[in-house]
Amino acid sequence: MALPNGVTQRDFDRALKEFTAAVGSEWVFTDEADVALYRDAYSPFKGEPEERVASAAVAPHTVEQVQAVVRTANNYRIPIYTISTGKNLGYGGSAPNLSGSVVLDLKRMNRILEVNERNASALVEPGVSYFDFYRYIQEHKLKVWMDCPDPGWGSLIGNALDHGGGYTQTTFRNHFDSHCGMEVVLANGELLRTGMGALPNSQTWQQYKFGIGPWIDGLFSQSNFGVVTKMGFWLMPEPDAYLTGTVSVPKHQDLVELVDILNYLENSGIVNGMPQLGSPLLGGFFAPLGTELSDLLARGASTDELEDYARRQGSGYWSCTLKFYGPAKAIAANWEYAQEKFAAIPGATFENGETFRFPLSSAEIEDITSNQAAGSRGATLPEFGVPSLTMFSIGARTENNPNPTEGHMWFSPIIPRTGEAIFEANRVFAQAAKDLDLPIGPVGFNLPTTYWNRAFIYLFGFPVSRDIETNQRNRAKFERLVQIAAEHGWGEYRTPPAYQEAVLRTYSFNNNSLHRFHETLKDAVDPNGILSAGRYGIWPAHLRKP
Amino acid sequence: MKNITQHIVLAFIIASLFGAVPAAAQEQPDGKDVFDKWCAPCHGAGPGRPGTGALQALYKGTKPALLEERTDLVPQITKNFVRNGVSVMPFFRKTEISDAELDALAAYLAP
Repeated sequence: MALPNGVTQRDFDRALKEFTAAVGSEWVFTDEADVALYRDAYSPFKGEPEERVASAAVAPHTVEQVQAVVRTANNYRIPIYTISTGKNLGYGGSAPNLSGSVVLDLKRMNRILEVNERNASALVEPGVSYFDFYRYIQEHKLKVWMDCPDPGWGSLIGNALDHGGGYTQTTFRNHFDSHCGMEVVLANGELLRTGMGALPNSQTWQQYKFGIGPWIDGLFSQSNFGVVTKMGFWLMPEPDAYLTGTVSVPKHQDLVELVDILNYLENSGIVNGMPQLGSPLLGGFFAPLGTELSDLLARGASTDELEDYARRQGSGYWSCTLKFYGPAKAIAANWEYAQEKFAAIPGATFENGETFRFPLSSAEIEDITSNQAAGSRGATLPEFGVPSLTMFSIGARTENNPNPTEGHMWFSPIIPRTGEAIFEANRVFAQAAKDLDLPIGPVGFNLPTTYWNRAFIYLFGFPVSRDIETNQRNRAKFERLVQIAAEHGWGEYRTPPAYQEAVLRTYSFNNNSLHRFHETLKDAVDPNGILSAGRYGIWPAHLRKP
Repeated sequence: MKNITQHIVLAFIIASLFGAVPAAAQEQPDGKDVFDKWCAPCHGAGPGRPGTGALQALYKGTKPALLEERTDLVPQITKNFVRNGVSVMPFFRKTEISDAELDALAAYLAP
C-alpha cells in the first residue's frame, strides 16, 4: 500500500482504524486487489509510474459517516478523494488526482430521498445512478423525466458537479443548471446546506435556488471545497408529444445563416429540444465515410469540390434536425414557424421527421435503441430521459472496429455558436490533426454538439492504448491541442485529471487571477488540504509548485 | 442455475429496486438480479448493447454473443472480467458488485 505523501504509517493506521469504526470493516478497503479497483479504467498512464492510484478506500453509508471520515482525515491530514458512482470514464473515472489519496466512495449512499411530481423535482444522494432513478420513476409511474447523459450508470450528482450535459429540453440539458439546493460536508466535518436548505423548516429547498446572500453552489462543482452529500434537481414533466424536422441547405457558406436562425429559434424557446447539426454527406454516427468523400477530405478538397459532391449526391451540404417537445398542435406549429424562418436561405429544403406520443411503449423503446445502434440520425434514448450504455459502442469491438481501444479521453473545447466559428475550428483542428498526426479520425468536416443553447462544444475522443509509448505520444498531442485551442480563444469545459492543470493554465486572464482565487478559497475552507487535492488544478498550499 | 432462479427474479427486483434492501436479500443476492442491473445494459439481448455486439464481432457465431447463453463461463472467468475489465469495459468495485453478489452472478452464468 502506497502511503499518502507526508503521512506517517502510524497516523495512517490510526486513521484507518477510525474509518473502520465509522463505517465498518467491510467498507474500508486496504487490500491491494480491492484498492486496484479504484484505478481509472481509462487511464492514459496505464503501466507507468505516473498513474494516479489510491492508497485505500472508504465507503460510508450515511452523511454522519461521511462527517466522521472527513473529521478523521482532517485530524490526521490524510488526503481523501471523493467519488460518487466512480463512472466518470473518459474524464478520470474513480482514480484520485493525487496518488496515495484515500478514495471516499459514496456509491453506497444511493437513496432517492424525494421525487415530487407536483413540483417536478427530486432530492438524491451521490450514489444514485441514472439507471436507478429511471427505474424508480417507472416503478412509481411518475410523469417526470430526468435528463441523462450518454452512459446511464453515472451519478446524477457526480455528473452535474462535473458540468455534464444531456439531451432533452433546453432547460434541463445543463445538469448543473438544473440542480436546486445542495448539502455539503466541509473539510472540518461541518454540514452545510445551500439555498433555501439553510432555512430551518423551509419547504422550498428544491424550488428556489438562491436563498439569501451569495449563491455558492458553483464552488462545489469541478472543485475540492467540500463533499456534496445531497442535491436537488428539477425534472422535466413528461410532455404530450415529440416531433422532429430537418432543414437542409445547399451551400457551404449557408452554415452561417443556418446557425444564426437556429440560435434565434432556440433562444426564443421555439425550438426546445436538442438540435442536431450535421451534413447529409457524412451519413450516420457510426458509419464510415464513403470512399470518395474520404479521399476529398484527405486531400483537402476545396469548398467548390465539396459542394459539387453534395450536388451529385442529390443532398444538401449541411443539415439541422430540430426537435420539439410539447402539445402536438403547438409543436407542429413551432416546426411550421421554424420552416418559415429557414426558408430565408435560398435552396433550403425540409423533411418531416419522427413523432412520438408519451409514455413510450416498450416496443418503441426497442425500436429507438435499434436505430441508435445502427447509427441512425434519428431520435435516441436519452432524448426521452431513458438511460442506456449504447454509446459505449465508441471504441468497443464492432464489425467496423475489429481492434477495440482500452478506453478514451475527451478533448472538449467550447467554441462560439456561429457558423464562422465552426469553419475556423475545423480549419484549425484539421491543421492540428495533420501536424500532430492526431489519433482521432478524419478532422475538417466536424460538427459540434449542441447540449447548450449558448455555445458549441467539440468532442474529440482520444483512444487509450495498452502501449505505453502510444499513450505518451497521445498525451503530448492532447496537451498541444489544449494550447492550440487556447491560442484561438477556445477552452475545455471539462477534462481528465491528466490535463486539468494544463487546461486551468489556459484560463490565465490577469496573471491567473481565477486560479489564484481558487487557491485563496482552498486555503480558507480546507486549510489542511485534505479534500480531493489537485482536482481541476486546485492544489492545497503544501502541494503547490512554485 | 438460470432456470432455478428465474422464478424469483421479479419478486427480488421489486424488493430491491430502490431504498433499503431487506437484510435476507442482502445475505443471499440473486445472480439474475445482479446480471440485470449491472450486465444487461451492455450484455443483454438486442441491438444497442455494446458488450453483446463486441462478442458477436469477436466470435462471429462460434460462441453465443449473449453471456446468458454461454455454456463455458466457469465462475472464475466471470469473476476475472468483472474485477479486471477488458477493452472499454471497466472493472467494478466492491461497492458496486460485492463479493457475495459476484459469487451469485458467477453461479448464475456458470454452466
